[in-house]
Amino acid sequence: MKTNDFVLAVEGLTVSFDGFKAVNDLSLYVDEGEIRVIIGPNGAGKTTVLDLICGRTKSTSGSIKFRDKELTKMSEHQIVHAGVGRKFQNPSIYEDLTVFENLELSYPKGRSVFGALFFRRDQAVINQVKAIAESIFLADLLDKPAGLLSHGQKQWLEIGMLLIQEPDLLMLDEPVAGMSVAERKKTAELLKRITKGRSVVVIEHDMQFAEEIADRVTVLHQGQVLSEGSMERVQNDPKVIEVYLGH
Amino acid sequence: MMHSLKQIFPRHDLIAFAILAAILAIVFPLTMDIFRLNLVGKYLTYAFVALGLVLCWGYGGILSLGQGIFFGLGGYCMAMFLKLEASSPENTAIQSTPGIPDFMDWNQLTELPWFWEPFHSLPFTLFAVIAVPTVFAFFIGVAMFKRRVGGVYFAIITQAIAAILTILIIGQQGFTGGVNGITDLRTFLGWDIRTDSAKYLLYFVNLVLLFICLVIAQCVRKNKLGRILVAMRVREERVRFSGYDVSNFKIFVFCLGALFSALGGAMFTLQVGFMSPTFVGIVPSIEMVILCAVGGRLSILGAIYGALLVNFAKTSFSETFPELWLFAMGALFISVVLFFPNGLASLYQEYVLPWIKARFKPRVKTKPEAKVESKAKPQPELSEATDDSANLPAGARYEN
Ligand SMILES: Nc1ncnc2c1ncn2[C@@H]1O[C@H](COP(=O)(O)OP(=O)(O)OP(=O)(O)O)[C@@H](O)[C@H]1O
Ligand SMILES: [Mg+2]
Repeated sequence: MKTNDFVLAVEGLTVSFDGFKAVNDLSLYVDEGEIRVIIGPNGAGKTTVLDLICGRTKSTSGSIKFRDKELTKMSEHQIVHAGVGRKFQNPSIYEDLTVFENLELSYPKGRSVFGALFFRRDQAVINQVKAIAESIFLADLLDKPAGLLSHGQKQWLEIGMLLIQEPDLLMLDEPVAGMSVAERKKTAELLKRITKGRSVVVIEHDMQFAEEIADRVTVLHQGQVLSEGSMERVQNDPKVIEVYLGH
Repeated sequence: MMHSLKQIFPRHDLIAFAILAAILAIVFPLTMDIFRLNLVGKYLTYAFVALGLVLCWGYGGILSLGQGIFFGLGGYCMAMFLKLEASSPENTAIQSTPGIPDFMDWNQLTELPWFWEPFHSLPFTLFAVIAVPTVFAFFIGVAMFKRRVGGVYFAIITQAIAAILTILIIGQQGFTGGVNGITDLRTFLGWDIRTDSAKYLLYFVNLVLLFICLVIAQCVRKNKLGRILVAMRVREERVRFSGYDVSNFKIFVFCLGALFSALGGAMFTLQVGFMSPTFVGIVPSIEMVILCAVGGRLSILGAIYGALLVNFAKTSFSETFPELWLFAMGALFISVVLFFPNGLASLYQEYVLPWIKARFKPRVKTKPEAKVESKAKPQPELSEATDDSANLPAGARYEN
């Protein structure tokens, strides 16, 4: 199969932790500009798949192609430079730095040691940080230490840190988990805005939310793809119903 | 790096630098005799190491228990140059092989080892003082950080290297002077470094170098590199996913710390007149960490005050109860870690600074025009940050 049409082509991906195959011979293809939602019960291996794509975990076998690049051989920061951005399941931000500094650090300039040493906080950086802060509802909190933000605000900040990297492939791990109803609504709106024109992989438990944004849905179960297709198709798949309802 | 002086040196930092400079360059020389001043100069050579540790450990979260390695390498490079000068054929005419250092002669060496040869040259020596420790740190850094060895493992490995180096120096007596070290150093390009006037001058050379290092440290902590270090300290993983090669940043800051330590070591040799393995091994390396912890590991100026205070205490204490000093040192370290995890700097931030602010606030209010003028270039981040600092999460305060 020609992999060039896909932004992401995962083939035969397997990872085994001491013999336990958290991801087992998984194949997954994401089109350019597609929004793919991955759902599945707890422990299905969803987070592990993202870990494998972004280089946090090394695969046992299989291949991951991002456009024409083989990601399994690359280190984390190279994968980021290639254009893959990832948001973690638990908000992962720099608590000791301000919101501004968090976003500034994620700005894709001055990433080498000497680049950082001679990095200038010029107008382009400031404008970009402000624009992103505006879109993630944190424009008034730029000088606040990120450790003092609420849980929801931290999630937004991490999304902002991702956006400012301008990735071509955005991977979000349960972006609305642990949020209040109001925050959830705002986040849904934010995600709809930012996913336009990008290729996105989202892990989500919230079915309603998934249905709203997904082009296609992949159901994972025990490290394998159980079902794939439109939300409607997947929801009516007897295998999926079995996993979610009966044991 | 020099883009905005104001950003790198905000006013309160400038004042703190000036106070330290005044104490070290004016108050001490005016009030102390040359014996005491030379002692202060010696303590300040440890401050170089503590300063490097603030960046490595306080900022970058890399605890090295082997900074004595670099202090020692810098010191030995300088000592080799001075020793060769002191071992001119005229000075050593009574030896069986004149023209080589005395300890070599005692160890039946009949010619200068090849690696001593280049130390006849001062430019080479100065280069070696800087390059040898930094390159060594670079190799340790690459070997450890590229393999993602960190934390306790890194600390233990640096300690092991310090121990190995000490054993090597002591074992290779003929090449290194062994356990006595390299002693009886006399002149620097013909200039007698044992005289009082030389000691005065060396004290000030030492100060200038220390302040150069302080300014470098301030630049690092105030620009993006410093913020990456802070980010790395708690969220190394996340920094990778912001697109940084974390190991390179660790290698850089570790090398910088080694460079500072080496300068301190070289100045130690010049001011004290000898270098020995007692300044290379595990005990001095741990003492350096204590200096840094007492001063406040997030405070570059705290490192200097910590080095001075602990060493003053050490000197007066060990004059009276020499055998108790190690216990006192241990107790000091434990109590600082338990009660003032951010060292003296936190006392300053918590008690002295609010007191100063409270006293000087009314005066500022009566002169609103002056305030407006000084704030002509608004620095929202800074003013806001100080307001918020009261409820900052652990670690973000006490940076000064
Ligand atoms: N580093 C690891 N070592 C050993 N086992 C692991 C490791 N990482 C994940 N696992 C296991 O792999 C399985 C899949 O975990 P994963 O976190 O990918 O699930 P998930 O689908 O994201 O679940 P959740 O919905 O709870 O987030 C789990 O059983 C987990 O215990
Ligand atoms: Mg998960």
